[in-house]
Amino acid sequence: MTGTAELVDSRLSGVRAARSPAGQGRPSGEPVIRVRGLQMSYGGVQAVAGIDLEVYPGEVFAFLGPNGAGKTTTVEILEGYRRRTGGDVRVLGVDPAGAGGDWRARIGVVLQESAPEAELTVHECVARYAGYYPHPRSVPETLALVGLDGRPGLRCRRLSGGQRRRLDVALALIGDPELVFLDEPTTGFDPAARRATWDVIAGLRDLGKTIFLTTHYMEEAEYLADRIAVIAAGRIVAEGTTTSLGGRDLKASAISFTLPDGVPAADLPPAVTACLTGHADGRARVSATSPLPLLGALAAWAHARQVDLPDLQVIRPTLEEIYLQLTGEPR
Amino acid sequence: MTALSPASPAGPAPAGPAPAGSPPRLARLILHEFRYDLRCFRRNTQSMFFTLILPVLFLAIFASVFRNADVAVPGGRLGEAVYYVPGIIAYAIIAAAFSNMIVTVVRIRESGTYKRQRATPLPASAVITGRALIGALTALAIAAVILIIGWAVYGASIPGRTAPALALDIILGALVFCCLGFAVATFITSVDASQPVTLAIVLPLSFISGIFIPAGELPNWLINISAIFPVRPLAASLLAAYNPHTTGSGLNWGNLAVLTAWGILGLIIATRRFRWLPRSG
Repeated sequence: MTGTAELVDSRLSGVRAARSPAGQGRPSGEPVIRVRGLQMSYGGVQAVAGIDLEVYPGEVFAFLGPNGAGKTTTVEILEGYRRRTGGDVRVLGVDPAGAGGDWRARIGVVLQESAPEAELTVHECVARYAGYYPHPRSVPETLALVGLDGRPGLRCRRLSGGQRRRLDVALALIGDPELVFLDEPTTGFDPAARRATWDVIAGLRDLGKTIFLTTHYMEEAEYLADRIAVIAAGRIVAEGTTTSLGGRDLKASAISFTLPDGVPAADLPPAVTACLTGHADGRARVSATSPLPLLGALAAWAHARQVDLPDLQVIRPTLEEIYLQLTGEPR
Repeated sequence: MTALSPASPAGPAPAGPAPAGSPPRLARLILHEFRYDLRCFRRNTQSMFFTLILPVLFLAIFASVFRNADVAVPGGRLGEAVYYVPGIIAYAIIAAAFSNMIVTVVRIRESGTYKRQRATPLPASAVITGRALIGALTALAIAAVILIIGWAVYGASIPGRTAPALALDIILGALVFCCLGFAVATFITSVDASQPVTLAIVLPLSFISGIFIPAGELPNWLINISAIFPVRPLAASLLAAYNPHTTGSGLNWGNLAVLTAWGILGLIIATRRFRWLPRSG
């Protein structure tokens, strides 16, 4: 929040470089969260219809889904707020439905909506929560971690939305938890505040925390998550890494370019015209699951005709497109 | 633990090694909550006004309006200004322990702060007791302030033989209305509703219980109705202990029994219906 855009950018690139390749591979170790056949109904309406989930130590796990898909219900069951109607849930080896203070001391929670005590200062608010835990982190260090160390004496009611969210994160971390739940941590943020919060979350990963993240922003999931699960209508519809989710790595790329003056689409090489999906406005669009042979044919053709294709683009399907296909949300 | 920490290990731990739930740790947590709740209360001008300033203002207004009148009380007559002192003490106890408690608890719950605290090892008993201590102590403080004003400005002194009864009435009243405040708060579903609902309970009961209008000027049936509710027993007990014409200890066991019954009912409802999560949405 206090840093300039430049500073934030350099910190982010540092985080990127430090991101462990292990997270992209197969997760290992005993799962921190293990969900089997979780069900939840409210008065006959099934909000969660039997889902399985596993989250491993040190992972950033993103849990995506449209509003009303059962996302918040699932998170609140994992956090110990709600009792499920069926299935088995273990968080840090304990059933959250019957968990006590010792278990709560090992988790950190950042809620979607929460207001700090308006009349306490930032430092007092964090110190108050520190008192709840058997082995809290130091207050100044935690404030520094979330970038609130510049204004410890500021009353909470004077905090901006982004600063309040940072305070939420500080409150979630003050007990030095092993597992942190972040429920839509950057909803309503401007781009700079979002980037800064990503920086904080990426920093948590570097501390070795396991992170369970829900979000509506695909770029957020793509940037932060090691693995993603998508819930729709109470069921998990896809699970995978950011690159493989929903078969994203196997899906067709879109190749597009403007046809050179006086060249009709029919003159393109046969391999390209076979995959042509549109050219009405003078711009050719080609869909290809294996783009390289097509690009080779296109390049040879253009070279032979001595024309250039200066606006040639190859676009991979975005995570958002995959997500929208999976959840069946209208564009 | 230190392996997870990027910098130096955590500073001095506020929490001792005592296991969660053990009495010393619980007592420490209650004190911890009380300290921070008190700080919030002191900095909240609205709470301060309604609990500490408004009762004093009421006393000053009633005492100046009826400056030269006196009123019939058991055993004789009393200057109206003096008569209003125990009534306003009852009102002040209710404002601090009941009204302010409801507004504060609903605001904290609906803002998600209780929900947030639920994710920590803090037990509900520490949250409730810490908050109740604030209500009880502010009630005692404002009662003391009004007693001092009554003595210094209106020359009303408390008979020594009824002083213990007065102290008991004030403490019991504060505890009972704390329990009732917590109980009523569980029925209120929005911050907007808490102030009107509180007023709708407190004002009519205050009017029919001899707080703003002397009980002797109210019809008997109305006083009989009010005797069932907790405001009248508190006001009557305080008047009996404050009235110089009172013979004996000034303790009215019947009133105290009604008051205590209300407190127990409130405690049962409060503990059974306490919710960490916001009730709206």
